[in-house]
Amino acid sequence: MLRLVVCIKQVPQVSELPWDPDTGRLQRELAEGMMNPACRFALETAFSIREKVGAKIAAITMGPPSAEEVLREAIALGADKGILLCDEKMAGADTYTTSSTLAKAIQSKIPRFDLILCGSSTSDGETAQVGPQLAEELDIPGVAYVDDIEITGNKARVRRVADQFLETMEMELPGLVTINARSYIPRYVSMTGFQAAFAEDITTYDAAALGLSPEWIGSKGAPTKVLRVYSPRMDKKNIVLTGTTKKIIGSLFSLFDDRIGGIIGKDLKTDKKAK
Amino acid sequence: MNEKRRAIWVFGDYRNYFQNRVTLQLISRARELALPIGAQVSVIVFGHNVDEIVGNYTAHGADRIYLTDHPRLAEYSMETYSFLMERLARQEKPEIILIGATSFGREFAPHVAKRLGTGLTAGCIGLDIDENGLLVQRVPSFGGNLIAETVIPERRPQMATVRPGVFQELEPDPKRVAEIITVPMPEHMPPDRIRLISSELREAKVRRLEQAKIVICGGRGMGSKKKFAKLYELAELLGGEVCATRPSVYLNWAGHETLVGQAGKQIRPNILLSFGISGAIQHTASIKNAHFIIAVNKNPNAPMMKMADVAIVADASQICNALILELQRRIATKQSHPSDLSGNSAV
Repeated sequence: MLRLVVCIKQVPQVSELPWDPDTGRLQRELAEGMMNPACRFALETAFSIREKVGAKIAAITMGPPSAEEVLREAIALGADKGILLCDEKMAGADTYTTSSTLAKAIQSKIPRFDLILCGSSTSDGETAQVGPQLAEELDIPGVAYVDDIEITGNKARVRRVADQFLETMEMELPGLVTINARSYIPRYVSMTGFQAAFAEDITTYDAAALGLSPEWIGSKGAPTKVLRVYSPRMDKKNIVLTGTTKKIIGSLFSLFDDRIGGIIGKDLKTDKKAK
Repeated sequence: MNEKRRAIWVFGDYRNYFQNRVTLQLISRARELALPIGAQVSVIVFGHNVDEIVGNYTAHGADRIYLTDHPRLAEYSMETYSFLMERLARQEKPEIILIGATSFGREFAPHVAKRLGTGLTAGCIGLDIDENGLLVQRVPSFGGNLIAETVIPERRPQMATVRPGVFQELEPDPKRVAEIITVPMPEHMPPDRIRLISSELREAKVRRLEQAKIVICGGRGMGSKKKFAKLYELAELLGGEVCATRPSVYLNWAGHETLVGQAGKQIRPNILLSFGISGAIQHTASIKNAHFIIAVNKNPNAPMMKMADVAIVADASQICNALILELQRRIATKQSHPSDLSGNSAV
């Protein structure tokens, strides 16, 4: 039976986010959370591996106490257990310290894993760095942006498209893959899934329980520091056109027929109307 | 003892046309960043029979090129390349390493950063040197309308991946000379844990959005897949390309290859027509270099409308249809009877 670890992340559902202007950090507790779409697909991939070759699936996340919700969701969908890494000292982590913390937890709590699956990127930070850095930290092979995976024995055959190249690779296990988000048919949560989601215990570990020094985690240990966060200034002339469609199209062409015509290389002037 | 000059490294990513272009763009920006810190610009090239690439980087502004040429490097390999990169960086201690945010770069860079124990900022859209000589990295963040500025104050090198199309490459100067440092392949390489079985360059079905002069971009505000499809008709009339925002791609209204946004494409068309796009920062950052933007949205306060040259407050699909008719009319008028407008009531 394979042991799979799926790393998931709770991401804000909204596009307007509450920021702490002093620290430049997201006030996560104020944002509604959902499971990151690519993580959801990593989980789906784990399920399909289990259906073919059999597997135990552990879902792990690092986040505030509310991140427990995505673990419950993972269990409802079919994960066997959930692990929450939660500590104020872990807050403000960059990808470096996030991957260190996840690695430490996996090494100490699920040491005999065969495959780690992550989403290829998250909808909030979109760095796509945690998966590769987790593989590096654990010193296991890792392949990013995977579309398709097949396990035979102690090898995984993966397919992906990178920079227009369609690549097929064979990776030794234990290993790590990051899975692309793509469209799929969401699975129904079964009644037993629902029951499991509430019955199953989620184990929570803080930094001390993992033997992590506060110096090495969260924002303190992060090599990357946020200087500031700001809204980009967009200074443009900004002509606003309103009214009926006819009026709008009319004004658009009377103002810009030369300009648009020049760019598209076509004469758009209707001689009589142009003044 | 010779004092080592500070160096900004650019990873020579050349596997396909776009990867090579971003390398050239980074060499260009690295030269500007090098001035205030008195650094030189080095390009790192791993490969086999890559003299042409080396010549290309020299002409485009590299001061120095570290070259490891070996048959084993003929195919890109993330594991081998990051092993070599770490080794070289430990030896030469560059201040900064810049890597294009291509698929390969985005996978390779985090491995290298972790190996070197340093920070890495993903998908930058701006780079500067501050008064302390630190690399300030600007990156759109958290789906909101925000840019984060980050620095790596203590660890070295300071690393960043940079999106294609952000910087402009220099004119090549064939007379330029760079110092070429040949770095031999180490005798002992770690065993391959990932084996490439096959790699085929897919026929680039994607038309080159990055090169397009006219781009029509559609967002969720188009309303439906059917209405979105009308954008192709408009694109045909204008001789442009269609691109899509992340929600449109997720909704399956458009293919992934048309995605413009973070991890998508950076475009700089002469004219951008934006339909039903509110303007999440990943998107606006990718299109900000468009010269002339016409945006259509029901919400006049959407960020996309604020950054447009012309903001049309209306239903995106309706305006799209009306534009098609009006363009057809105007173009047809020109072609058949240049001055006769009578009997045409297309709008």
